[in-house]
Amino acid sequence: MIQIQKASFAYLNGLVLRNINLSVAIGEMVGLLGPNGSGKTTLIKLASGIIRPNHGDIRLGNTGLSQISRKSIAHSIAVVPQQFHIPFAFTTTEVVMLGRFPFIKTLSGESSADRQITAETMALVGLSQLAERRFDELSGGERQKVILAMALAQQPKLLLLDEPTLNLDISHQIEILELARRLNTTQKLTVIAAMHDLNMAALYFDRLILLKEGQIVADGTPSQVLTEDRIREVFAATVKVEMHPTTDVPHIIVTPKGNTVR
Amino acid sequence: MPTKSKNSKRLLGISLTLGGGLILSVFLATALGAVNVSLPDIFRMSLNKIALFDFPATWRTVDETIIFQIRLPRVVGGALVGAALATAGVLFQGLLRNPLADPYIIGTSAGAALGATIAMILPLNLALLGFGLIPLTAFIGALTSVILVYNLARVGGRTPVISMLLTGFVVSALFVAIIAFMMSIGDRLGLNLRSVFSFLMGHISVTNWNQLAVVAPLVIGGIIAARFFAFHLNAFSLGEEGAAYLGIEVERDKILILSLGSLLTATAVSISGLVGFVGLVMPHAVRLSLGPDHRLLIPASALAGAIFLVITDLLARTILAPGEIPVGIITALIGAPFFLYLLRRSRREYAF
Repeated sequence: MIQIQKASFAYLNGLVLRNINLSVAIGEMVGLLGPNGSGKTTLIKLASGIIRPNHGDIRLGNTGLSQISRKSIAHSIAVVPQQFHIPFAFTTTEVVMLGRFPFIKTLSGESSADRQITAETMALVGLSQLAERRFDELSGGERQKVILAMALAQQPKLLLLDEPTLNLDISHQIEILELARRLNTTQKLTVIAAMHDLNMAALYFDRLILLKEGQIVADGTPSQVLTEDRIREVFAATVKVEMHPTTDVPHIIVTPKGNTVR
Repeated sequence: MPTKSKNSKRLLGISLTLGGGLILSVFLATALGAVNVSLPDIFRMSLNKIALFDFPATWRTVDETIIFQIRLPRVVGGALVGAALATAGVLFQGLLRNPLADPYIIGTSAGAALGATIAMILPLNLALLGFGLIPLTAFIGALTSVILVYNLARVGGRTPVISMLLTGFVVSALFVAIIAFMMSIGDRLGLNLRSVFSFLMGHISVTNWNQLAVVAPLVIGGIIAARFFAFHLNAFSLGEEGAAYLGIEVERDKILILSLGSLLTATAVSISGLVGFVGLVMPHAVRLSLGPDHRLLIPASALAGAIFLVITDLLARTILAPGEIPVGIITALIGAPFFLYLLRRSRREYAF
């Protein structure tokens, strides 16, 4: 699906990503982990093509990402960034319909097919009840679902999520990750998501990539990546890693200091 | 979900209401003034003009001259100024992602006015392009100031109200000072310029059809072009990053939209000077009743802006008749309190 070859990227204030090699195949579900500032968001932006690597190359299928127009990229890649502020009182339907933007011709406006896809996507994400509600009056979790629906209305092959569960309550977190997982299995949607919550990442992603100071330090299954030593090294946190009681993935246990003996 | 036929029915209703309102207000504004001519007479004159009928003249010849050669160009000029400023307001609000943007408030009008003043003061003015040079230099001035404000006022992809207002205010103050200075020089040199007062306060200075031959195509063409960017502006409400994810070539479209807003502002300013708040009040009113979709907002705001300025200019001509006051005074008396109300209401939202 997407290959990142020897890519480096620096903002004006310093290097953010160094020599990143990453190949994600069609149908993979990949979680990006790492401390704040380790380069997760920058990697998502590189993969989306809105920023270009200073060195190295990114290929979407067989074509260099920089050779493809924004509109064609939007036909294959959809992105859910961390936060969206929409200054005008659009309804849920109007926001989700924006996902059809890359397909709508300026002169003819949206087709009945576009309207149908919008309605189906809202039903899929569980937003039908909120169709005519104003986006700016929704809760944080509902807004995140609207933005996800907008991205899915693009009918992408690759979905990039930048901390999709940030600031959400547990039920919305589960809902969004379950949906991503379901689309990944049923439609072979390739998903790459930056994640903070290591346990959620272990539960919902098949492959995890651990970033530290702009470099990939681990790439593999959750059990391969999430070890006690590596978490201490990368996050400077001492935790215990056990097996999740019902699924075969690691589970991170945090014990507050001073409570070790009871 | 609204179906297509429902939408097009709604569109038809809105167009009829606003279009009818505009025609009505144009007739009304043409009828009223220092010399009153009755509405039926104006109807008959108009029908005679387009050679459909041949009503016997129940009016004086001088009335016909007043109506068609003096008042109608002025009223049409006002409508064009209102439509242009309202559309420019929508474009700037959409791109700055700030519903309080207005060509007057963010300094675009002052930039255009400076450009226009330079054209008026240059001796080659009349020889070269006639009136046509004024919109051109006004456009350059408007674009310069809008790019200045756009780049100075943005903080992390957003345009906070406070920085937009401060930047707009200071840019305006600077340009207005230069205009006043240049006009003072013009007076000293004995150039017969417009009065600084009426130019800076906003006054529809259309005295013949020739000016409108330049202005009307620019305004109407500009509004049609703006309508092509309507769906893009919806996408821009997600911010530049979000718009790029949806397939927009952000840098290219941004400069096109800013240029279009500058062109409309410049064209309006070249015949009216600084008329404020039209681009703020009208789009807001339309958004409240029709929602924020730019595909509807642009044409509806243009029509509403035209009506608004025809009526306010009528007031400007008649309140102190036979004297006149600049129409910008009326729009400011209505628009400024409205702006303050919106500012207060948006305080929480924009956190300043």
